[in-house]
Amino acid sequence: MPTIDLDATSLRDLNQMLHDLGDGANDTDFHVVNPRGKHAIAAGVDAPITIEVDGNVGYYCGGMNKRANIIVNGSAGVGLAENMMSGRIHVKGDASSSAGATGCGGLLVIDGNASGRCGISARGIDIVVKGGVGHMSAFMAQAGSLIVLGDAGDALGDSIYEARLFVRGSVKSLGSDCIEKSLSDLHKQTLRKLLDEAGVGGEVDVSEFKRYGSARKLYHFHMDNLEAY
Amino acid sequence: MCGIVGLFLKNKSLEPQLGQMLAGMLGTMCERGPDSAGFAVYGSGDSGHVKLTLRGASAKTNFAALAGMVEDAIGAPVLVETHATHAVFTVPAELETAAREAIAAEDKTVKVVSAGNRMEIYKEVGRPDKVAQRFDLAHMKGSHGIGHTRMATESAVTVDGAHPFSTGRDQCLVHNGSLSNHNALRRKLVRKGMSFETENDTEVAAHYLTWRMEEGETLGQALESSIEDLDGFYTFVVGTESGFGVLRDPIACKHAVLAETDDYVAFGTEYRALAVLPGIEKAKVWEAEPATVYFWERH
Repeated sequence: MPTIDLDATSLRDLNQMLHDLGDGANDTDFHVVNPRGKHAIAAGVDAPITIEVDGNVGYYCGGMNKRANIIVNGSAGVGLAENMMSGRIHVKGDASSSAGATGCGGLLVIDGNASGRCGISARGIDIVVKGGVGHMSAFMAQAGSLIVLGDAGDALGDSIYEARLFVRGSVKSLGSDCIEKSLSDLHKQTLRKLLDEAGVGGEVDVSEFKRYGSARKLYHFHMDNLEAY
Repeated sequence: MCGIVGLFLKNKSLEPQLGQMLAGMLGTMCERGPDSAGFAVYGSGDSGHVKLTLRGASAKTNFAALAGMVEDAIGAPVLVETHATHAVFTVPAELETAAREAIAAEDKTVKVVSAGNRMEIYKEVGRPDKVAQRFDLAHMKGSHGIGHTRMATESAVTVDGAHPFSTGRDQCLVHNGSLSNHNALRRKLVRKGMSFETENDTEVAAHYLTWRMEEGETLGQALESSIEDLDGFYTFVVGTESGFGVLRDPIACKHAVLAETDDYVAFGTEYRALAVLPGIEKAKVWEAEPATVYFWERH
């Protein structure tokens, strides 16, 4: 397995090397050491490979990821997995704000807490946060799922479209047009499947979650809703 | 943009290395603020003396000669330490006003940047790592310090617009963000008798905190009050003689990462600024919560 030491190799060289990999590349496992909070580590990868990073990463780690499996043995800065298309990103520490922002697909797993605006404007990504999420999470989220095993901060799901939110802990407040909805067996099955994919075992009972989603009152302008815009 | 770094030492044996650690942190934030840089260091001092940090018009300012003239005027010895365009004059505390008057009378191009028992402030236009080198930050000692790299938005790139801002004895403020109600608040504070040096929004925040503390609030309470009265985007780091505090606005879009070990508490706009510190791998690292005041004090 090639090891890339970011104290010795430039970030551009690392990312260029990862971008140059084709489907039939001989090396499929990469180990990155000494990230020291550098930005855009393993951003823009489009190959079925595994990249494991030891240490804390900076902004936009794994941004635009397609197909790659990225594991961070540390915490991540702002914009983790931003605009992810597919693949899987697993951060074993915490994530700063806007984790999974605008993501179109794939699975993002955060073992610790995620900060504000987690899953903002999500468009199909599935996000599992084992800790809590901060304020304004899933703001204007269109599709995909946000699953939170801990608590959610203020204004969860503000102006949400059709993304599904599942929170096991408390929700400090719901944003405009976000309401609690019933948790059907179908939702429980979806939840179980995503938790299994995220490596969360049977010790977590899916019936402990509450589901939140759009009340669909703000889709079209209505004079009575003026205060909510 | 802008970058902030802050370091508060819990372990006194690290105090000789404060400047070196702070310089390393400041250097990582060059690209967040290439316009100007500044820093405040809380070094040695006692309550019987006041340290006045002076800024000359250029490195040619003859601070030794100026100190001689101030000594003659106030009738007491003045200790001088020169760092490039800046110098620290240490004078007996009761003669601070006389010393300020003497400085103003002798050399109109010299500006008093800060006053305090222990605080010294240095700032200059230019790349932050070069600014730190010019003042030899790496060899400064102290218990805590704050640094700032500026990307100007609300006012011009000048030394006066560089951070930190100080408006009270041993008090300083650095800021990442922009305030939207600074003009209205400046007018209000002017009516309360405060005078301003610049058009800068951060100077307003510094005066605001000084005013709250003059009204009897602690730094922590003053920061709580600012959540109500200041409108805009901000992360503040505030230094006082005994410690430092951190506050993010309720929307919290300006970044702030904190780290704590048995030896220190450190602040950085990004984790990169903290990554250069010894023992960071084992530190507790977290992101500052919105609208939450964090404060550490020396005991």
